Amino acid sequence: MSLTPDDVKRIARLARIETSDAEAQATQGQLNSIFDLIATMQAVDTRDVSPMAHAQEVYQRLRDDRVTETDRHAAFQAVAPAVANGLYLVPKVIE
Amino acid sequence: MSEPSLSTLAAQLASKQISSRELAQAYLDRIAALNPAINAFITVDAEKTLFEAAAADALIAAGQAGPLTGVPIAHKDIFCTDGWLTTCGSKMLHNFVAPYDAHVIQRFKAAGMPSLGKTNMDEFAMGSSNETSYFGAVKNPWNPAYVPGGSSGGAAACVAARMAPAATGTDTGGSIRQPAALCGITGLKPTYGLVSRFGMIAFASSLDQAGPMAPSAEDCALLLNVMTGFDPNDSTSLDREKEDYTRDLDKPLAGLRVGLPREFFAEGLNSEVAAAVEIAVAELKKLGATTVDISLANSRLAIPVYYVLAPAEASSNLSRFDGVRYGYRAPEYGNLDDMYSKTRAQGFGAEVKRRILIGAYVLSHGYYDAYYLQAQKIRRLIADDFSEAFKVCDVILGPTAPGTAFKLGEKSDDPVEMYLNDLYTIPANLAGLPGMSLPCGFDARGLPIGLQLVGNYFSEAKMLNVAHQYQHVTDWHARQPATEGAS
Repeated sequence: MSLTPDDVKRIARLARIETSDAEAQATQGQLNSIFDLIATMQAVDTRDVSPMAHAQEVYQRLRDDRVTETDRHAAFQAVAPAVANGLYLVPKVIE
Repeated sequence: MSEPSLSTLAAQLASKQISSRELAQAYLDRIAALNPAINAFITVDAEKTLFEAAAADALIAAGQAGPLTGVPIAHKDIFCTDGWLTTCGSKMLHNFVAPYDAHVIQRFKAAGMPSLGKTNMDEFAMGSSNETSYFGAVKNPWNPAYVPGGSSGGAAACVAARMAPAATGTDTGGSIRQPAALCGITGLKPTYGLVSRFGMIAFASSLDQAGPMAPSAEDCALLLNVMTGFDPNDSTSLDREKEDYTRDLDKPLAGLRVGLPREFFAEGLNSEVAAAVEIAVAELKKLGATTVDISLANSRLAIPVYYVLAPAEASSNLSRFDGVRYGYRAPEYGNLDDMYSKTRAQGFGAEVKRRILIGAYVLSHGYYDAYYLQAQKIRRLIADDFSEAFKVCDVILGPTAPGTAFKLGEKSDDPVEMYLNDLYTIPANLAGLPGMSLPCGFDARGLPIGLQLVGNYFSEAKMLNVAHQYQHVTDWHARQPATEGAS
């Protein structure tokens, strides 16, 4: 498998990372050498193997449905790039 | 400064030979003298440290001290620390002052251990040399032309240079063990789930685990007693009875079965590292251990599997950095999409972007089965190899890294070459097993060599026992780099 600069730009678009043509060109070679490394696992026969998502057999714990958090929105919004009236500010999405 | 163990420091504090404030000040002075050359810390805040130390002194005076109250510790900058800059080594969080404490930080605070500051690290813990940090590379205290390893490179370097008596680290593919090896200290990655990940900035959630880094195994046991414990805020935190990890330190090793995986002593291992590890095995035999030849046949696939799973999880975890709720936002942008794309392009470094792209690709439509699912299946095979091995041995021993520290810049242009550093450490992360690194010698250039122990699930006390007994008859862990400009 070999990624083209266009593939790199498509993936970068999926990941929301602005990437110039020159960057895509430079990244392409590095990604391809990483995918060559990854390709060594393709030859392994895993037909009857169950995938392992996690190290421990854990189940999703549930908690009682009651409010335990205190209101800390002022502290949390103090570290945001742009807020007003308790709201996060972003460019307009609906004209 | 001589090198007292954590238990000695704790005893001196308890008997009031020294106050926590005096002790913290002594380390702050050493940081001021040495850190400009080593760059192990991103943030030092003497006022906060001394305030916490004064609180520890009050606890001691009131007779409310715990085993390590008043002993200072440095925290990896991946742990959210209330009121402290918490950058994760990234421009993306260069201005992020955490509004709450990670569970690990809460536990050290509750134990009365003042923070000496936040240590440098590879950006978002992605790296094996500490060169990907936005705040500059960390230098190896044994030779500043060499890397300290990574990603917990600042933690390892500050302990090696005795700028802190201990430090916290995190390990996703070797990020505690490999820098511990390259800097000549002891570090332990616990069984997955023993230490809460709450407030620890996520890289690959099914692999990330925090652990202690310090000169000796005894120190690590004491720190592990503080760090471990159930936390309802982490969905993968294990609800188990509390253990005392120091309980077996003094047990004799007679009858211990040490498994030697032949794949860890094969091609690619530096001959000086191999020789030092073999001498360590001979030491353990003198202490009554026997060796067993074992095979971890699928471990050769650990790196390819890891570089599918970890980036896949990272691409998802790092999607939260979008310039809306915290951290960096691009100064100029058009619409919302443009704001995301520019913020992420400018806020992330090259290695982080590479891994996000790998993750986005392997999870994209049509590729999931070939990459992610196949990697998860091989992850099972790797874990099964370990289960088989632990039927015939109590602990697995091998090198921590294929070589000693390399020069700054030597591998930074070749990601694949860099990834191979974690050849021996990644398998334990994939299986969720505990692993530790301890010093076992030096190469001809005077750089430390690390020995790795991998234990079965929840066998930390046994591993620490083995390491402590080894450190009882060797002094590699007590060696210190020559440091200029400090008392």
